[in-house]
Amino acid sequence: MEDDKPWALLAEMSDRGNSEADLDIMHQHFQTICYEDFLQNQLLHGPKIEAVFVMNTRPVVEPSLLSSLPSLKVVANAGVGIDHLDVAYINSIGVKVTNTPGVVSNATADMALGLLLASARMIVEGHQIAVDPETTHIPRKPIGVEVSGSTMGIIGMGHIGHKIAQRGKGFDMKILYHNRSRRSVEDEQAVGATYCKNMDDLLRESDFVVLAVNLTPESRGLISHRELSLMKPTATLVNISRGLVVDQDALVKALQTGTIRAAALDVTHPEPLPRDHPLLSLPNALITPHIGFNTYTTRRKMVQMMVENALAAVKGQTIPNEVKPP
Amino acid sequence: MQCVCFAQCVRRLWRPAQARRLLKVTELHRSVRQLQHTKRNQCQVMEDNKPWALISEVGDEGFTEDVTDILRRHFHIVPHKDLLQNPLLYGPKIQAMFLWNALPLVEPSLLSSLPSLKVVVNGGVGIDHLDVPYINSVGVKVTNTPGVVSDATADMALGLLLASARTILEGHRIAVDPKTTRIPQTLIGVEVSGSTMGIIGMGHIGHKIAQRGKGFDMKILYHNRSRRSVEDEQAVGATYCKNMDDLLRESDFVVLAVNLTPESRGLISHRELSLMKPTATLVNISRGLVVDQDALVKALQTGTIRAAALDVTHPEPLPRDHPLLSLPNVLITPHIGTNTYTTIRKMVQMMVENALAALKGQPLPNEVKPK
Repeated sequence: MEDDKPWALLAEMSDRGNSEADLDIMHQHFQTICYEDFLQNQLLHGPKIEAVFVMNTRPVVEPSLLSSLPSLKVVANAGVGIDHLDVAYINSIGVKVTNTPGVVSNATADMALGLLLASARMIVEGHQIAVDPETTHIPRKPIGVEVSGSTMGIIGMGHIGHKIAQRGKGFDMKILYHNRSRRSVEDEQAVGATYCKNMDDLLRESDFVVLAVNLTPESRGLISHRELSLMKPTATLVNISRGLVVDQDALVKALQTGTIRAAALDVTHPEPLPRDHPLLSLPNALITPHIGFNTYTTRRKMVQMMVENALAAVKGQTIPNEVKPP
Repeated sequence: MQCVCFAQCVRRLWRPAQARRLLKVTELHRSVRQLQHTKRNQCQVMEDNKPWALISEVGDEGFTEDVTDILRRHFHIVPHKDLLQNPLLYGPKIQAMFLWNALPLVEPSLLSSLPSLKVVVNGGVGIDHLDVPYINSVGVKVTNTPGVVSDATADMALGLLLASARTILEGHRIAVDPKTTRIPQTLIGVEVSGSTMGIIGMGHIGHKIAQRGKGFDMKILYHNRSRRSVEDEQAVGATYCKNMDDLLRESDFVVLAVNLTPESRGLISHRELSLMKPTATLVNISRGLVVDQDALVKALQTGTIRAAALDVTHPEPLPRDHPLLSLPNVLITPHIGTNTYTTIRKMVQMMVENALAALKGQPLPNEVKPK
């Protein structure tokens, strides 16, 4: 009765992390109910809910959920990728969709470089040897591949791709990029990047191929047998975009046969992979569980942006980051 | 004898895999196998007059095959255990000694068994394990490999920094764990972009670390025995901290890139760690002894600092019951700062050049003089 802040629906407790900090930010402007509680009394809670906060694709926004939320004004996503949301359908029932572009770019670009370096310099293997109870002397191995002065090929030169290029330049890497459209001369010169109109050229010349595209029907399966076979056998594939951009079976084959040297993936399909998936046991595959923007600072900024977007939608104001269907 | 020479020529001209195939085809495989036996060196005595060099060993703990080829083009190689078995045969022949990972140990007893030794050729730039004045006093020069190691070492520093900050090791463990059924939401790291990097030791390697940090829009502070030029500072956007304490207080990532000297030994101890932020990470690519390890263990256990990422410890490797090995907020790699195929090749090439110059009595490209 005392609180007339609008209501927002959240995912199940177990699907969320850093709950305290996230909730504090949300509670500045919203009252929240989690999915389990909502399910216990949909008729009571449903009509109150004006916003759904989606984090790591949860809760899953399906027609059945939407139809039980008659007052819903906005589906607010934490993160920039919205391939898991049918924006056109959601808009068609009068609900807006928002995301958090820009705020995740630094952390995601940092992750791309972190994965690249960890793979190239075999940091995980090194640590395992260093702490192994059987280690009695400093071994010659592991021996990795040079990052400084090597060639980085970025596929997808958006906000995140450009920041990846900037970081690569700090290592005196030669930067190639492929994008649906060429960037401006200033953008290219800022990071010393060379446009490859033909993606095949980028694949042939790169020591590190970094995927930073959105997932769209065009980018789905973008990297398959053919593309992997064009890459150097000493090359590394780094993926911080979406698992479905890569044909995973083709990738497994390429890693097993030495068609490419290694892969470093923050994203797979599905997430997580089934426990018997071959990628999990390949020595030349480094996998992290989609933690591309997982820093305290970035998560806080992301949740703040998500809450601001939702609040604007609920109040009928201009929404900072509305996602329109393509 | 003709067969032996042919095999030798083949192995010199082709890379090992191709040479093996060629010699197999010409049915000299057995001769090659014999040559790869320890008696090989004795056969070579009859051959040509390349100078002789001592190494620790060939194989997993010494020089790998691909770089041993570079050495063999110019030298007859004697692994240390062969010298020990036959000191009177090999000792007087050896004019150069190639060190890798500080082995073989350059002790007076070894030096006295090598009357023709002209040069100790170190693989790597750090020479804290060598008593340069003593070695010079017995008429032997010392060389190292500066410059060529800097890129790979700076890359390693950033690799360790990022892996620690962004929980890559823990992430991989969870991702491949048989029990993982959901994407965890609690694996949260610290921001690198826009944070403050404090570099202690702004030499060739430290400067390259600064350059890489700048690519992440990090604020760069540095402390050095002497201030760098304005151009050097501006090139990487670095700010000098005359007082190391200020750097320790303000940095999110403290990176150690000093030489090990009597002054830098134990540079980071209880007091320095307590000045650091509790959210800060210590990265060490210099030498284990620069850090008071007991103080570091305590700081990590009590949360005085967030984490440490170390490519170097003392000793190497650590005893298997050392507390650093089991702390969750420690990332350790086994001194692989220069371990790339490209950099190792360049180091060995530089070592060979230095050794040949010493043997020819020419000026040494990279002689280490005592202070």
